[in-house]
Amino acid sequence: MQDAAMNALSETAGPTENRAFDIHAAFRDSRVADVLAELDRELVGLAPVKSRVRDICALLLIDALRKQAGLSTAAPSLHMSFTGNPGTGKTTVALRMAQILHRLGYVRKGHLVAVTRDDLVGQYIGHTAPKTREVLKRAMGGVLFIDEAYYLYRPENERDYGQEAIEILLQEMENSRDDLVVILAGYKDRMDRFFRSNPGLSSRIAHHIDFPDYTDEELFAIAQLMLDEMQYRLSDAAVETLREYIARRRAQPHFANARSIRNALDRARLRQASRLFARGGPLTQTDLVTIEAQDLRASRVFGAGGNDA
Amino acid sequence: MRLTQGTFSFLPDLTDEQIRAQIEYCLARGWALSIEYTDDPHPRNTYWEMFGAPLFDLRDAAGIMQELNACRATFPNHYIKLNAFDATRGIESLRLSFIVNRPADEPGFGLVRQEGPGRQQRYTTRAYATERPEGKRY
Repeated sequence: MQDAAMNALSETAGPTENRAFDIHAAFRDSRVADVLAELDRELVGLAPVKSRVRDICALLLIDALRKQAGLSTAAPSLHMSFTGNPGTGKTTVALRMAQILHRLGYVRKGHLVAVTRDDLVGQYIGHTAPKTREVLKRAMGGVLFIDEAYYLYRPENERDYGQEAIEILLQEMENSRDDLVVILAGYKDRMDRFFRSNPGLSSRIAHHIDFPDYTDEELFAIAQLMLDEMQYRLSDAAVETLREYIARRRAQPHFANARSIRNALDRARLRQASRLFARGGPLTQTDLVTIEAQDLRASRVFGAGGNDA
Repeated sequence: MRLTQGTFSFLPDLTDEQIRAQIEYCLARGWALSIEYTDDPHPRNTYWEMFGAPLFDLRDAAGIMQELNACRATFPNHYIKLNAFDATRGIESLRLSFIVNRPADEPGFGLVRQEGPGRQQRYTTRAYATERPEGKRY
């Protein structure tokens, strides 16, 4: 006991200035590299998001080293806001963020609690505060993800209980900074309006990350990833058709980036299944995994009479 | 006289750090915690008052510690215990229960004798604290 105390004392008193810190070893040990590689592999595009995630990783690693060196480290505030159009990967990145922060040791459990207005705001006076606190307690040690956060604030109704939820959120974001990371997400324009009317909230969020729309090339890569995951393959003709589909789909209303692509692929699977079913006869493995151009061609996007997008 | 009830009661009082570690153990096993308080120390007083709602679905000790500190602020001079409930089918009962807060001064129990019929003696224990009304005992 006394020896340990003596060691600790001599360590702090010793010449710490010249001690070398191996940032690469720390990086290896934290297993962050795996998560970052996974992020690169599984999330296409999103350059600003990835660079911000890398910055945060670097900061947390350096902070860990500073702590080893006995320098003061204030836990950085990591509350974030994700803005972007539908289907740009906000929820997916939030889930990843929980893993990354867990591996970096910033949050203790690394689970994600995803909520919307319904889970935070109560129905009558005095119902909101316990409900919000309940959710906050559930999220402790992990990440609280509030989807479509702007619905919390309804300026048209001055007796709306959303304001109360926001106040409690603010208070906990400040007080339990060590226990909780809050991520607010939503569409860009509405989030901007939401932050303008709640400046206190905006200033307590250190990281405002904007998710850009995907390019056609990125959407195609995403489609490939999705197909790999579902164990399907595109025939050569279907590859061209899919590229054309993406270009056409973008021009149509209600385009939701990766989500539109996922829906298109799901419907192509349906058509492939009924095509195989109608054809009958023996099927090979290749038949089962291949999506043909005609499965995509039947879509409304090509004006071919199908009644879904 | 120091009240000894529940787990760890013959050990020195747990520090917050130790309480937190016990909570983490319970959460890792999937037990739901709840906080109870009383100012009646009698060993047969099994059902204490529950503070707030039972704390289901938590993943981290921080939320429970927050609730516990709120309870301590409200009842600084009461007995407070943490219960861990195991909902596994066939068990469905408390797995762990330990005192996390106690009054600064515990006067203990007195033995009361009663003369029965013949030369019979009946005994009962009575906490000195309960001679005063509820809420004014410690």
